[in-house]
Amino acid sequence: MHNFQFVKPTTVADAVAALEHDGAQALSGGQTLIPTMKQRLAAPEVLVSLTGIDAMKGVCKGDGGLHIGAATPHAVVAREAAAYYPALAHLAGHIGDPAVRSRGTIGGSLANNDPSACYPSAVLASDAVVVTNKRQIAADDYFQGLFSTALQLGEIITEIRFPIPERAAYVKFDQPASRFALVGVFVAKFAGGVRVAVTGAGEEGVFRWKEAEAALSAGFHMAAIEDLAPPKQRMIGDLHGTPEYRAQMVKVMTKRAVGAA
Amino acid sequence: MPKDGGIGASTKRREDVRFLTGKGRYTDDINIRGQAYAHFVRSDMAHGILNSIDTAAAEAMPGVIKVFTAADLAGVGGIPTGWQVTDRHGKPMQEPKHPVLAEGKVRHVGDPIAVVVAETLDQARDAAEMLDIDITELPAVVDMRAALAEGAPKVHDDLTSNLCYDWGFVEENKAAVDAAFASAAHVVSLDLVNNRLVANPMEPRVAVGDFEDHSGNSTLYTTSQNPHVIRLLMGAFVLGIPESKLRVVAPDVGGGFGSKIYHYAEEAFVTFAAKQLKRPVKWTSTRSEAFMSDAHGRDHVTKIELALDADHNFTALRTDTYANMGAYLSTFAPCIPTWLHGTLMAGNYKTPLIYVNVKAVFTNTVPVDAYRGAGRPEATFQLERLVDKAARQLGVSPVELRRKNFIKPDQFPYQTPVAVVYDTGNYDATMDKLLELSDHAGFAARRAESAARGKWRGFGVASYIEACGIAPSNLVGQLGARAGLYESATVRVNATGSITIFTGSHSHGQGHETTFAQVVSEMIGIDAGQVEIVHGDTSNTPMGMGTYGSRSLAVGGSAMVKALNKVINKAKKIAGHLLEASDEDIVLKDGKFTVAGTDKSVDWSGVTLAAYVPHNYPLDSLEPGLEETAFYDPSNFTYPAGAYGCEVEVDPETGKVTVLAFTAADDFGNVVNPMIVEGQVHGGLAQGIGQALLENCAYDAEGQLLSASFMDYAMPRADDLPMFKVDHSCVTPCTHNPLGVKGCGEAGAIGSPPALVNAVIDAIHGAGRTDVTHINMPLTPARVWSALN
Repeated sequence: MHNFQFVKPTTVADAVAALEHDGAQALSGGQTLIPTMKQRLAAPEVLVSLTGIDAMKGVCKGDGGLHIGAATPHAVVAREAAAYYPALAHLAGHIGDPAVRSRGTIGGSLANNDPSACYPSAVLASDAVVVTNKRQIAADDYFQGLFSTALQLGEIITEIRFPIPERAAYVKFDQPASRFALVGVFVAKFAGGVRVAVTGAGEEGVFRWKEAEAALSAGFHMAAIEDLAPPKQRMIGDLHGTPEYRAQMVKVMTKRAVGAA
Repeated sequence: MPKDGGIGASTKRREDVRFLTGKGRYTDDINIRGQAYAHFVRSDMAHGILNSIDTAAAEAMPGVIKVFTAADLAGVGGIPTGWQVTDRHGKPMQEPKHPVLAEGKVRHVGDPIAVVVAETLDQARDAAEMLDIDITELPAVVDMRAALAEGAPKVHDDLTSNLCYDWGFVEENKAAVDAAFASAAHVVSLDLVNNRLVANPMEPRVAVGDFEDHSGNSTLYTTSQNPHVIRLLMGAFVLGIPESKLRVVAPDVGGGFGSKIYHYAEEAFVTFAAKQLKRPVKWTSTRSEAFMSDAHGRDHVTKIELALDADHNFTALRTDTYANMGAYLSTFAPCIPTWLHGTLMAGNYKTPLIYVNVKAVFTNTVPVDAYRGAGRPEATFQLERLVDKAARQLGVSPVELRRKNFIKPDQFPYQTPVAVVYDTGNYDATMDKLLELSDHAGFAARRAESAARGKWRGFGVASYIEACGIAPSNLVGQLGARAGLYESATVRVNATGSITIFTGSHSHGQGHETTFAQVVSEMIGIDAGQVEIVHGDTSNTPMGMGTYGSRSLAVGGSAMVKALNKVINKAKKIAGHLLEASDEDIVLKDGKFTVAGTDKSVDWSGVTLAAYVPHNYPLDSLEPGLEETAFYDPSNFTYPAGAYGCEVEVDPETGKVTVLAFTAADDFGNVVNPMIVEGQVHGGLAQGIGQALLENCAYDAEGQLLSASFMDYAMPRADDLPMFKVDHSCVTPCTHNPLGVKGCGEAGAIGSPPALVNAVIDAIHGAGRTDVTHINMPLTPARVWSALN
């Protein structure tokens, strides 16, 4: 690891100011960034820790749903969201291992937008709003492909606002080595319709399976998608599964998520 | 019967106190004042011409002491190979030079090119980024058959091809085997892959070199399973340092599984550099480096065929295997697919005719060598998958087909057609025990219960036999070994009666400090707490060959018993003198010497004190002191054997295999510490199930290592495994070593992969999909699903 400066502001404004330095990089739980730095694949000059900002932490019921501070660790979400949004709490409680869940944060996961991460599927399926220091971004606008988001340079996610569905479930099929999602499907049924978001599988990262949404909006039961062809998105092919396999698993996991919701 | 100490007691491991409280002393815990740090710069290409290395910018970086390339290693020899295989035509294998640092070419991802030695590790790594290395990339050979094709790129330009050897065993049997196939009532064949694995011990490799200027003595601290072997190979062949000037210390070692047997370039480098720089030099492998520099395991591609007569007796077996050597020959690499593999192809069966062909191939991949089981898992996997396939093809029970062809208890000693003589065994007994413990009778009901949930349940068995207690030196010498494979022990009895054992065996997790002390306690009748086991330092232990091949107790323990018997004989003479009786009348029991038939006695400590304070002592006929050394060379291998059963559930929608139960019925001969034996089996099963279900070291066609971290290389975790049922109550003691022991370290990893794959095939056939006859390991969900769709 190369040497770097470390700052830990206590307000969003101070964090934004610190990020204006050349070579500055926001650090949340560090579950991706720190290993990357140890491998010398990243060498930021200044790390701006976001975990000292109290305003960015916590889970509370707010207007139109559940508000989660971006610097809230997965373990806290797993514990504190359980009463309001069990499917989301379940997802958070099954990310990585206890050490990862104690350090890693929801905002960090969303800013990184790893194509195999769990949280993006919850945000997209819930039609959540990503709140930053500058604006509010709808989930459908936020995710823009592999490790790519609508965030601008120096923009910090401060909060995520989740509408709470009537029924929901997240089913993750583990990649055997990393136990990231080989395929993860989040199904959320709202009064106005069903949203289905898929992580782990798509070459462009998390995506909505709209054919399944339409079928499930017409009838929310496992049989509703039995006859659907797997999604047409381009799927990841790697050591752990071919594109064809992933596509088929999207269907299987969607069915199981509907069953579990 | 379980007892408090001595042989047969599940004594808690004394070494665990320090391991579990963070007090273990591993190589990385050794830091010598003034030490510098070595960082190896490794090839990120699989194959290329090394045109030039410009070190100037790197050497100008802060803290850099020196940058080494091959040009700086004048006088340093190549890393030697400890075994020479002679091929089918009587020719010695092709044996390329394995330089410490790449000379002219890089031959695999991870091949070391240069080393930066600096005041700190960070400085060394910073400087490494300033090296200007010019490599012209060449096409790589990864697939073994492609490597042997006409015109394939050559890994070593000075060899005639990428073929290391073409080995036939037993060559004289080939015609008879082919004739038996021609007249067989049934022939069953199977093509399979034994997947390449990375050992991944918890402790990565570490080497610290030290040099004492005034004496000219070198010391290497290293993560080794056999420090004397490293001293011999490195001292004699690489660095030219006599044994008297070279000390090798392997302190606590955190797992090896074979990967820490070999002599590695990094060990030679730090020893060399310490002398050059007159400073201690330390290297600690990162996990990423381990993936591309520790010797890998397995990697065979095989076609195997079985001939049977009309009554389903096995009449002949033949195999055609391609074995990957990687880019260079690691220390024992040539021996693994040949003598540790071909000699086990008879398995537990009385197949009269066997022919094994193995083509060892150089490729642009990390060298491959022994990994837990080493050749024997490859043999067992082929054979036990094939026998299972035969049973399914013939419509008979896999258990009954095995039983029909088992060597029976009254047939021992049994000469197999592949050179070895099994001393003893009872394969039906372990099969009976397995079926009982795994509740085989209740399987149909369990399968129906799974089916009701939409899951396919399967039960698979595998028999195994292995050759352990490696090895009779005169035999392995004839087979090409360049070293003896005896073991040594010194028993030093101290004046007040405590005992220090210096053993050439070396624990890297096996618990020798506990079990060896139990044996001493049993033989002398003193508390095990009075016995100290010393190992791992060439400066104080007699020259020994170390720990691998499940040999420690069978060979090292036997050496210790032999030395103890010398001690006891001498002690009886002293006791006879003290008790004024003939030493032939002296009996040692429970730590007391008694004149037989009398109540005259003297305690163990009374005799030991007399040996060192010889005031009343037969000085005219006996030397003072009580210390003996013995070397034990086994007359045969030992042959642990057993039957394993695996019960799985397959999710047909996803292809995911869940291991529901695993039962192991082993015959290890006599057992010194049942708890430790069970732990060894548990670990072996975890690794075998890991191979069958999860682990896969994969390269792409360009020779890039795809599974280069735990993100892609799936290690087994606790929740991948069921609770194990293990049993070692079927005992046929080894007939030729004094403890009657056979060895238990590798069995679990040998017997479990075929049992698991057989169970998955059983599940799939049970659901009516008899078209699926084999799936290559690891049986990941994607592979199983692909086989079904």
